[in-house]
Amino acid sequence: MESYTIHDYDVLVIGAGGAGLRAAIAAMEMGAKVGVVTKSLLGKAHTVMAEGGMAAALGNVRPEDNWKVHFRDTLKGGGMLNNWKMVMNYTKEAPERVRELERWGAVFDRTPDGKINQRNFGGHSYPRLAHVGDRTGLELIRTLQDHAVKLGVHAHMETTIYRLLTDAGRVVGALGFNRQTGEFLVFRAKAVVLATGGLGRIYQITSNSWECTGDGFSLASMVGADLIDMEFIQFHPTGMVWPPSVMGILVTEGVRGEGGVLKNSLGRRFMFDNIPERYKGEFAETEEEAERWLQGDRSARRPPELLTRDVVARAIRKEVNEGRGSPHGGVFLDIASRRPADYIKKKLPSMYHQFMKLGNLDITKEPMEVGPTCHYVMGGVRVDPDTQATNVPGLYAAGEVAGGLHGANRLGGNSLSDLVVFGRRAGMAAAEYAAQQTGSFQVDEAQVRAYIAEALQPFNNPQGENPFALMKELRASMQKNAGIMREEGELKAQLDILADLKKRAWNTSVSGSRAYNPGWHTALDIRLMVEVSEAVVLAALARKESRGGHARLDYPDPDPHFAKINHVIKRNPDGSLSVVAEPLPEMPEELRKIAEAKDLKELSEIVGA
Amino acid sequence: MPSVTFRVFRGDQAGGELKDYTVEVQEGMVVLDVIHKIQAEQAPDLACRWNCKAGKCGSCGAEVNGKPTLMCMTRLDTIDTSKPVTVRPMKTFPVIRDLVTDVKWNYEVNKKIKPFTPAPNTNWIMYQEDVDRVQEFRKCIECFLCQNVCHVLREHNEKTGFIGPRFLVRTASLEMHPLDVENRLEMLKNEGGIGYCNITKCCTEVCPEHIRITDNAIIPLKERVVDEYYDPVMSFFRRLFASKKRPEAAGTAADD
Repeated sequence: MESYTIHDYDVLVIGAGGAGLRAAIAAMEMGAKVGVVTKSLLGKAHTVMAEGGMAAALGNVRPEDNWKVHFRDTLKGGGMLNNWKMVMNYTKEAPERVRELERWGAVFDRTPDGKINQRNFGGHSYPRLAHVGDRTGLELIRTLQDHAVKLGVHAHMETTIYRLLTDAGRVVGALGFNRQTGEFLVFRAKAVVLATGGLGRIYQITSNSWECTGDGFSLASMVGADLIDMEFIQFHPTGMVWPPSVMGILVTEGVRGEGGVLKNSLGRRFMFDNIPERYKGEFAETEEEAERWLQGDRSARRPPELLTRDVVARAIRKEVNEGRGSPHGGVFLDIASRRPADYIKKKLPSMYHQFMKLGNLDITKEPMEVGPTCHYVMGGVRVDPDTQATNVPGLYAAGEVAGGLHGANRLGGNSLSDLVVFGRRAGMAAAEYAAQQTGSFQVDEAQVRAYIAEALQPFNNPQGENPFALMKELRASMQKNAGIMREEGELKAQLDILADLKKRAWNTSVSGSRAYNPGWHTALDIRLMVEVSEAVVLAALARKESRGGHARLDYPDPDPHFAKINHVIKRNPDGSLSVVAEPLPEMPEELRKIAEAKDLKELSEIVGA
Repeated sequence: MPSVTFRVFRGDQAGGELKDYTVEVQEGMVVLDVIHKIQAEQAPDLACRWNCKAGKCGSCGAEVNGKPTLMCMTRLDTIDTSKPVTVRPMKTFPVIRDLVTDVKWNYEVNKKIKPFTPAPNTNWIMYQEDVDRVQEFRKCIECFLCQNVCHVLREHNEKTGFIGPRFLVRTASLEMHPLDVENRLEMLKNEGGIGYCNITKCCTEVCPEHIRITDNAIIPLKERVVDEYYDPVMSFFRRLFASKKRPEAAGTAADD
């Protein structure tokens, strides 16, 4: 019989990106015994790829900035579907979380007077992103990693969680395996924090690393946790489009934050023609005004290249579809003609390096070619806005895997600070819950045995399919039928495709040993990927409007009916999923006024700033 | 489409062999793309470690035609593909399988370095020119290619008395932080083994982040160690006044 090793923790954190490490730190500080599981090596999680910065209303560059402005910007960018209480907690706490990183050794870029510098980003009214060149994610993860190591964190590196374990309706641990050896591990834990990141790999063109297979959404949903807002997927407007092998790799929004402009094949800055009604009056209307803004004129409004990501991505798609794209199916992003070469190399060093190395292109001399790439999922596991608790006792979620903060569209820079604000809250709440649990925590031996047999099945199935081919099919079909522009017929067709893929995901074949076997890992990943894909498609079908990261060709406009509801994806007793429309939580009047302020002038009158 | 032949190490601790795979390639492909193509079409159990495929995570270090490099940042048109291209795992670390090595030694070594210790009551004002040098060191993505080429580790396997270039860089990033007040010179001299480095600069050459490891990190640290332990005049004064490191790091501390 297959043997396994048992590890006991108060709090098990699944994922070692920004949210996972911050949760682990918080739980350790509360005195909990904490284990962290990560699919890769410590410090390599997808957080490391974040470039532009972390948003927090520090007010170091513009003292007028404060949490209320950040609150309003975040809700406005999110199509007002955000959970207001999460946004409030987030915008109030983000500055302290940034300063805390500095105290733990992070070295952010500085203002001339020696404070943490902040840069402009799409949808933010003021320069708000603390940053380190264009490698802010690396700074965040390394700082958290060092601090967690200092506190003596126990990390299980290169370990995959296959399933959560439950007992009487509560989560009591997880079953996983060591990727290096293929040995199974049982984690018994009083509380589990999911910090597993996003799902970009269900799409063909994505900026996400291999790890972002949506594990957490599926693991949670399979034990009965609700998902929310899963129709909202962010397609980042600027991914590399050439050469083909690098398609999708991120080009930071920082390029536009530093003055870069988008042009079509006619040389026109097309974003001036794409300012949506709700943002009219907040953005420059002429190139001349945008130019003055770049030169630092505070009376000038921001260039429309800094509109929110959903707006810019759709505008780019339109240019390409209407025949005004670049030679390789994107548009041009030009920083070369806007800033001196030395400045570009200093502020955007990894972009310079990335294009030089992978695209044979010098961004200080020539424009880049860019197009949309799947970047982020706004939706996720539904959590309590204060504790990040899910509806399943003992299960918490933080970071990209949790839903609610970003509504229909996330502002750039709001992810890194999300990780540390809610990672901390989840870690604290999980440790507190764990401390309250008494009595024995038993895992069900039969459950464990059944899961192990399931996981090993591809080794005993010689006639099964090639998992890599299946993965390719899933990603291509999601890209085609549930991508940046959606339509009822295609979404319904995708549900049928997914039903078929779901069956085939359990009929794959792998060879070789269990030690570091990518074929086997892929075979198990697909089982979770089809589950989360189904949640995305069901929610997308239900929302018959276009808002934020969800755009319907058959319903091209926002609909007031859908402005008042979130979609919750529930697991039925028979294992199927259903979508339930729920009214948005009621926002207090005082905050509603802030959120709905037309522009900064009106906002400053309301908040009296 | 043109095709190339890759000669890839297949095996584990017990040994292994180079195996040939021929794949069709297209413009712009990098070595990691070819490895993935081999996985998907010919050898689904071919092990390789990777994450971001954009040169940011430092997971996919290997030796391509003998040259240590990140596979995701090595374009096929920068190497000679007229002959079979050899891909081997990093030599300095034990092989787990195929191209994947066991790098956990690095994570253990890291624990020897005293963590960041800020001056008490600092106001956290730091000027850009004071942090430029530290920021260069903090660009490190921990690909461990520098550890892989360092002859102290690679040829002499000195893994108990030497921490390697990566962790000398990390120590430098702490020692030169304008607000840090800890002293790590004794560690550098003893278990850090900084004296083993004889400045051949192999580490600097392979660094994908172009950190000037030898010039900017190791040599200044060597000088500090020499000043601390081998300078007779300084040693006399130190014994006289028993001072530890910099007297104190003020809020706006100048970088020494």
